[in-house]
Amino acid sequence: MTATWILLILLIIAAASFFLGRARAIACAGGDSRALHSLPGHYSWATVLVTLLPALLLLALLEISAALTPAGTLAVVILALAALAWSLRRITPVFRARATVERGVLALLILAACVAIATTAGIVLSMLFETLNFFVQYDWREFFLSATWAPRFQGGSELGFLPLLWGTLYISLIALIFAVPVGLFAAIYMAEYAGRRIRAVVKPGIEILAGIPTIVYGLFALITVGPLLRDYFAQPLGLGASGSSVMTAGLVMGIMLIPFVSSLSDDIIAQVPQSLRDGSLGLGATRSETIRQVILPAALPGIVGAVLLAASRAIGETMIVVLGAGAAAKLSLNPFEAMTTITVKIVSQLTGDSDFAAPETLVAFALGLTLFAITLCLNVLALAIVRKYREQYE
Amino acid sequence: MSDQAAARPTSLLNRGDHTARRHAAEARFRACGLGAILIGLAALAMLLTSVLGSGLGAFRQTYIHLPIHLDAAALDKSGDRDPEVLKKVTTIGYRKVIDAALVEAVAQAGIVIPGLTEDDSAGIISREAPAQVRDMALSDPDLIGETIQVRILADGRIDGYLKGRVSAESAARDSNVSLAQLQLADAMVERGLLSLDFNAAFLTAPDASDQRPEAAGLGVAILGSAYMMLIVLALALPIGVAASIYLEEFAPKNRLTDLIEVNVANLAAVPSIVFGILGLAIFINFAGLPQSAPVVGGLVLTLMTLPTIIIATRASLKAVPPSIREAALGLGASRMQAVFHHVLPLAAPGILTGAILGLAQALGETAPLLLIGMVAFVREYPGAPPEGFFDPASALPVQIFNWTQRADPAFVERASGAIIVLLAFLLVMNAAAILLRRRFERRW
Amino acid sequence: MKDTLTETPAAADTAKIATRDLQVHYGDTHALRDVDVDIPDRTVTALIGPSGCGKSTFLRCLNRMNDTIPAARVTGEIRIDGEDIHDPRIDPVQLRAKVGMVFQKPNPFPKSIRDNVAYGPRIHGLTRTRAELDEVVEKSLRRAALWDEVKDRLDALATGLSGGQQQRLCIARTIATSPEILLMDEPCSALDPIATAQIEELIDDLRSRFAVVIVTHSMQQAARVSQRTAFFHLGRMVEYGDTGALFTNPADPRTESYITGRIG
Repeated sequence: MTATWILLILLIIAAASFFLGRARAIACAGGDSRALHSLPGHYSWATVLVTLLPALLLLALLEISAALTPAGTLAVVILALAALAWSLRRITPVFRARATVERGVLALLILAACVAIATTAGIVLSMLFETLNFFVQYDWREFFLSATWAPRFQGGSELGFLPLLWGTLYISLIALIFAVPVGLFAAIYMAEYAGRRIRAVVKPGIEILAGIPTIVYGLFALITVGPLLRDYFAQPLGLGASGSSVMTAGLVMGIMLIPFVSSLSDDIIAQVPQSLRDGSLGLGATRSETIRQVILPAALPGIVGAVLLAASRAIGETMIVVLGAGAAAKLSLNPFEAMTTITVKIVSQLTGDSDFAAPETLVAFALGLTLFAITLCLNVLALAIVRKYREQYE
Repeated sequence: MSDQAAARPTSLLNRGDHTARRHAAEARFRACGLGAILIGLAALAMLLTSVLGSGLGAFRQTYIHLPIHLDAAALDKSGDRDPEVLKKVTTIGYRKVIDAALVEAVAQAGIVIPGLTEDDSAGIISREAPAQVRDMALSDPDLIGETIQVRILADGRIDGYLKGRVSAESAARDSNVSLAQLQLADAMVERGLLSLDFNAAFLTAPDASDQRPEAAGLGVAILGSAYMMLIVLALALPIGVAASIYLEEFAPKNRLTDLIEVNVANLAAVPSIVFGILGLAIFINFAGLPQSAPVVGGLVLTLMTLPTIIIATRASLKAVPPSIREAALGLGASRMQAVFHHVLPLAAPGILTGAILGLAQALGETAPLLLIGMVAFVREYPGAPPEGFFDPASALPVQIFNWTQRADPAFVERASGAIIVLLAFLLVMNAAAILLRRRFERRW
Repeated sequence: MKDTLTETPAAADTAKIATRDLQVHYGDTHALRDVDVDIPDRTVTALIGPSGCGKSTFLRCLNRMNDTIPAARVTGEIRIDGEDIHDPRIDPVQLRAKVGMVFQKPNPFPKSIRDNVAYGPRIHGLTRTRAELDEVVEKSLRRAALWDEVKDRLDALATGLSGGQQQRLCIARTIATSPEILLMDEPCSALDPIATAQIEELIDDLRSRFAVVIVTHSMQQAARVSQRTAFFHLGRMVEYGDTGALFTNPADPRTESYITGRIG
């Protein structure tokens, strides 16, 4: 007997308890539902709740401990029936069924809200254990300080994290150098210069960029930007012959980040009070003087927060670098050379047939945990700055 | 400056150099802003033309039109059309029949190409074609012994030639196609034996192996994505709305609430690949769910989408003015009744809009799916739900990634075509969200 | 309206500000109609009227602040020192330096006190050296009666000052660009009575150097600080004349209704 069948039986019992609860309540009140404390429906739901909850809990417990024997099944059904009988006996005209139902619903709401905590805990725990396993097999100093990344299937791999970190930071830097000025200027133009009609066209246009999946950017890097940079910059300048490069991934990631930076900046600029603009314009400042000397300094903390969030996005981005950056772990300054990132290596070590006892696989979890830690710090910092900024003008 | 009143009244008609410089700086600044907008729009235009340009070809496919005599002597030696016996004839048997049919058709059409061997002629037929014909014969055994007019796939190189991807120069460097074959293709096009038709199979057929890009389709990927979206919708929407109601309407100011708030805000910014690691470690390695299954993908995407839905739902709950709640409470409703009877219905359009946008985000997500095994080569359609949720499947964005990793350039066209399909889905979803917002937008 | 004009002692050719047939539209609403007025130099002129009567709109025309609102359309003639301020040769940026403006709510920039005052001279390039700038800052703060309160903390954030101090800082900031006209849009509406008294005293003092035009919702304030008063109602200037005469012997029944409290 599978769990599905037991669930079906419980559903039938629940349906029965729904009608029994209602009938019992009305009978108690001598057929006049106005004499009841709560609406008849509340008695129905209160009965269902009391009937189902203990049985479902027991079922889950048995399922997890793999003890779902026929005897266990029987116990679940008996528990449900017993709970039904008890809850029916409890029904009197003064029984506060609504309070019972609402307590139950509130518990469900809290449970749903706790999924967020459970997810974070799941993320941390899932990576923590495997990371510890990894460091049992591989010296942590080697991991954090070695400048060589050379996994070998026959063992004796060198798994230094530094080249990956360098690639990640280099690509993110290029992306930000491109995206921050463009995004910021775009936001300024839309907020302070553009008329309503231009904004109605341009704003959705820029926002479309935000809705495009990263795999599309990745393909764009692979088939268009990479060859373009290789043929017109890298080869004529003698800097390399690879389509995949730090520059390719960085530029395309920069395009992806434009709407991110511009919409965050737009929000932040919009929060600067109009009275400051009026004050500056009233003194005879031009618009650009007002923006540079009053609005931007006032919005600076918020913009710094936005840039940090963008940096966190760039560091955690996967598909663009998988398709645009290359797979070679290198410590080089040449932006037209192929390099690799933390996320690329997580993908390459964890796809295909993985042996979860080998350090070459487990290293991905250590990389993941490091990535999580870096982005978490950036996010917490950025969110704190942005929140503080918002409070200032509320 | 020392005495402000000295020069009064000053004329405004004297414009100094300083003012001119300031206006020049203003113009430069404004041009920078306009430049930034143009860069953004140009990037969008480049991206779309690049994808459309290389992807539209995937919706058309080169087919060979042939009469084939399904020779009973070769395909059904027993002669009683027993399906079990028919199945024993492999595609190799059908291949011979088709090759012969092509050679004959070419000869009948009077096409003579110097240096073209029979093997060369047969080489323009896709490796997938025998399976096509075999399926036809197995589904209707009475066809055996008859001569039927069929439409079979041409080889990827020939398809590329008709689409301009393969040329005489590139063929000279390519061992998989000869100049004679291209001349044959030209002659066949002239006589109506070869043509570019609409490629419906691109949307319905499963993936195909490296050697037959012409047969690769998105059927399994679209189905897999649809399954995952169903799971995301069924889980993320109720959980997200319930969590938002608690946080926005009931949560007291305490540590648990703060903890949840911080978690939601941070989860929204956690890199997607990290969710993939979570899925691999918890759902596959710990809970023992199967790899490549839509159920795992759906669960991972649910966790990823939750913060988006929670943030959108809370915003629309917040937009319902407190006076509505007070009115309900004033009539003696409980807080729960006030929320479920009055606030939630008023916030529903905003919640749905947020849910659609969350789904759109989940539909395009690739990285976490790579880690839970959805890159595997899957040719079988998953079964009907709910069992089908546990069958191996692919997903649209992963299929795109998969095709970018293949050697044959014909797969780039397939990947770009798949992106057009993906973007079309996203366009529909976003348009629905915008319509919903326009239709039900309420200003208090 | 014409007869109120003939009472004006300052003739049109000596007026600091003169408007003829001034109209303002905000989108479809006609916010200000047919305003003809001559405002003399070195005088405090009060603009009174019920809210929404167009007095602030009128004020914002005088330094072309309405240009910053996309929906606003201003027609008619405004002359300052005989020069049409809508003349294409005239630069609104220079105009606003000559015609300074103080707003309803104190709006100091989130910078130091010194930087707030120095902002105008810096952008207009009025000073060449740091010492000159310091001198302008001090002089402006003194003239705004704020120097003694802030001289020891010029580098402190301006947003940390009290409301009254902030408003006097905004006045100092405006004075620093060496304007000839000061426009004040209900400068005391966000302040307590003590701060209001200080500002009113300051306004009286400023009359010796500037033409001051002040919008106020308080008739008492108009009576206390101004020499001339204009009454606006439903987008029209109903009456304009000597403050004393207007309050004791209004020519128009609408003015009388307003000052006796029947409309407003």
